[in-house]
Parts: sequence; C-alpha cells; structure tokens
Amino acid sequence: MDSFWSALLEALHLVITLDSDLLEIIGLSMQVTITAVSIACLIGLPIGAAVAAFRFPGRTFLAVLLNAMMGLPPVVVGLLVYLTLSASGPLGPLGLLYTPTAMIIAQTVLVTPIVAALTRQVIEDLNTEYAEQFASMGVRAADRLAALLWDGRYALMTVALAGFGRAIAEVGAVIIVGGNINHVTRVMTTTIALETSKGNLQLALALGFILLVIAFAVNAAVMALRASAVRTAYA
Amino acid sequence: MRDLSPETEGSMSTAPHLAHSPPILTVQDLTFSAQKTVLLNAVSLNIREGSRTLIMGPNGAGKSLLLRLMHGLIKPDAGTITWKGRANASEARRFQSMVFQRPVLLRRSVFANLSFALGVHGLRGKLKADKIRAALHDAGLAHLETRPARVLSGGQQQRLSLVRALATDPEILFLDEPTANLDPASTSAIEQLIMKASARGVTIVLVTHDQGQAKRLGEDLVFLQDGEVAETGPAQTILTAPQSEPVKAWVDGRIYLGSKAGY
Ligand SMILES: Nc1ncnc2c1ncn2[C@@H]1O[C@H](COP(=O)(O)OP(=O)(O)OP(=O)(O)O)[C@@H](O)[C@H]1O
Ligand SMILES: [Mg+2]
Repeated sequence: MDSFWSALLEALHLVITLDSDLLEIIGLSMQVTITAVSIACLIGLPIGAAVAAFRFPGRTFLAVLLNAMMGLPPVVVGLLVYLTLSASGPLGPLGLLYTPTAMIIAQTVLVTPIVAALTRQVIEDLNTEYAEQFASMGVRAADRLAALLWDGRYALMTVALAGFGRAIAEVGAVIIVGGNINHVTRVMTTTIALETSKGNLQLALALGFILLVIAFAVNAAVMALRASAVRTAYA
Repeated sequence: MRDLSPETEGSMSTAPHLAHSPPILTVQDLTFSAQKTVLLNAVSLNIREGSRTLIMGPNGAGKSLLLRLMHGLIKPDAGTITWKGRANASEARRFQSMVFQRPVLLRRSVFANLSFALGVHGLRGKLKADKIRAALHDAGLAHLETRPARVLSGGQQQRLSLVRALATDPEILFLDEPTANLDPASTSAIEQLIMKASARGVTIVLVTHDQGQAKRLGEDLVFLQDGEVAETGPAQTILTAPQSEPVKAWVDGRIYLGSKAGY
C-alpha cells in the first residue's frame, strides 16, 4: 500500500513539473493519433457518405464490410501492418517498421473503417431527408456529397472524436509495429504497458492519469457539440 | 410569357385570358402503381402556360404523387408527361421548382439555404448575394438572414422554402399544400408571394384542401378521387356548381360514400 501512495505522489510530481520524458511521450501520442485520425477522416468520410448516398453495385456488401471492420482486433491489425512493413514484406524496402509512421499506418487502418461506418449511418438518415429536395433542385452528385457532409458536420465531428478516442487508447497494434523504442516510438499506452511490467509505476500512473483526462475531454467535447447542434437545430 | 393585365388577377371568372393559352405541361394516361395497388389510373390533364391550376381531392387521392410525377421525381408505369411539346423531357426539371408538403431546409442559415439553391443554378459572388437579399426582403424575411433555418417557425420555414423555390426563376412552380397548418396572416403572406410570381408569368400548380384559398387563387381545377380525375375545368365553376358525385360531396363537406378508399 505504501508503494502505491508513493508511486501516486511521484506520478503527480511528474505531471506537475511537466517532466520532459512525459511530455515527449504525450507529444508523440498526440502527433501519431491526430495524424492517423486526420487521414482516416480524409478517406472514411467520403467513402461512408458515398455508400450512404449513392446506389452502385456492391453497395450493400461495402456497408456490411465497413460495419464488420469496425470491430477489427488491434493486435490483428498490428500483425498485418507488421507483415507488410517487415523486411520481407511488400513495403519492407521503405524501412518503416518501428517508426512513428508505422504506428500512424496501423492506427489509420484501425480507425478508417470506424469513421466510414459511423459516417454512413449519419449520412444515410440525412440523405433520406434531403434526397427529394436535392433531386428537385438538380444538385449534381459531387455537390450532393459535399452538402451532406457539411450538413452532417456536428454528428461527423463526434464521429472523428470517437475515432480519436479509440486510437489514442489503443495499445495492441502500435506496440507491434512501433516496438516501444525509447525516444523514438514510445507512446502513452505502450509506455504504460512496459513500465508497469517493469514495476516502474510512477510514469505508468502519470500517463494513465493523462489518458483519463483526454478521455474525459473527448467526451465533454462530444457533449458540447451535441448541445450546440441541438440549440441551432443543426443536429 | 402571356399578355395579362394585372386587373384580371384573382378574377372570379373562368380565366378567359387563358382560354387559348397553350399547355406548358401535358399529362396523358398517366398510371402509377406501388405494391400491386394502382395509385394513379389513366390521369390526363393540361397545365396551361401562365395559369394557376389547383389540384384538389381527399387525403390519399394521389395529389402529392401526381406532383412528383409531373416534376419528374418518379417515373410513371405508363403514360407520358410532355413539357413544352417534348415528351418525357429529362432536362425539364431545371426550369421547374417544387415546394414540398413538409419543408426540407438545410442545416444552415436562412441566407445559406438560398445561397445553396442559387449556387446549384450557377450563380456566384455579389450577383448571388444581391439576389438573396432582394428575395428575403420581398418575402419579409430579411431580419432572419443569419438565423439557422430550422429554428424558424413553421410559417417562416414554409415561406423560406417558397422563396427558395422562386429564387431560381422557375417557369413552373409546384406547391404541395404550402399553407397547411399556417395561421391566416402567414397564409396570406404565402398567397401574396404566389400571386406575385403568377403575375410575373410563372405557371402555378397548387395542391390545397382550403376552399377559400381555392376560390382566391384558382383558375383551373383538377379534382382527384381515388387516383382518377373526377372532374376538371374552371375552378369557379367546379367549386360553385360541381357535376360529379365525389366533388359534390367534397364541396358540401361530406364523405364520398362511393370511395374505394373505404373510410
Ligand atoms: N412510394 C409509394 N409507395 C407506396 N404507396 C405510396 C407511395 N407514395 C404514395 N403512396 C400511396 O398513394 C396514395 C396517394 O398518396 P399521396 O401522398 O399522393 O396522397 P395525397 O393526395 O397527397 O394525400 P394528402 O392530402 O393526405 O396529402 C396513398 O394511399 C399513399 O399511401
Ligand atoms: Mg399530399
């Protein structure tokens, strides 16, 4: 019990004094996850919206596939990205394994289906409401997609936040492709896993505390977005 | 478009100024079924250029369906729709506007709603902004310009969707019960906008249940019953001296017992 309290105190000390190792780890986590979620949105938003708004062969299959891929186990994603990037893999020559880029790729693969599937749900409802009006106005396909994405902006921001929440808290994939190398690929979750197993609890606790704060902040942001969308009837 | 002196507007006559007006839109033997039920059966009618045509009939008669078909939003099972002499013209919708029974406004400001509609028609920049401001001003909505469109009252939303429909300068305007659920003042504001458009030469096709409104706005009238045309002709004649049983019952406020709908 004594060691628990002393670890907690030391963890607080790390946070309050803005320990440089701690900041580096948080910084890399944020950089990796924000980059991955941005790419996932760039890919997932149009795909999800297109599946929702257009009829084309294979549309239902794609919708089912996206939903199924939402639940991809992170370790499996990590393994697949590892195999692709490893020396003998198809992208081996790029030498990306155990770099932040590898972690970005893994998180992007993990989050893109989530963004796309949730986007499809959001845009499908909106499209049902708008379809006839748009047909009457003669809105072209690309403009329709853009209008649906824009009018779904509040709900879609919460989709992006959901993707962020999933990626920042994920450990299985990034530890496989990143390797948790000190000062290179150590992010919050991998550090917590490693330091805990080494019995170095204060850093793990400090990072765990930060992760919790981030989770709360993301949820608060989602609730604030919802409230403001409801207030302006933009929900 | 048509030579019509303003005095004839709202005239209670049989719209003689239109007697020789050519049809802008013709519907011939239009049939539409869904789930093995015939919803419209061999409907034929003429919409004369520059006229105000009412489509009336009980709930479920097929009025909204007929508007959708005429506007080209759905395809008929049989029959033709001729726009300015061309059968099933796919480009016709560009020259038409429709106000739906329930307004569909975008999740944006009042201004942005109009901006989107005009953008679709290729307007840009200052020209577009000026046009939007003028249209809002004319409709008495100028003070609501920056308001989110979906927080407006029902009457304001209905007026905005009418303004949006007219902003693109359509040749024909389809209106599906634009004043249902509105108070007399809002109703009057909408009717004035319709009459103004009509005076500019816009052909009006209006679905309404409101007999007062029918008398105020109607020139031609098409009465639908169970997906068929029960009676058609000058609005005043039909409303004051109906010939067919369904219309007689309807004008008297009775339920037509011969209806297939079986109330
Ligand atoms: N897509 C559709 N599929 C199946 N049935 C339909 C479809 N659209 C309309 N109907 C049916 O067609 C009939 C006519 O519908 P419509 O909406 O045209 O009626 P309406 O005359 O506009 O009635 P109201 O006065 O209540 O607006 C109704 O019985 C309706 O249930
Ligand atoms: Mg209707």
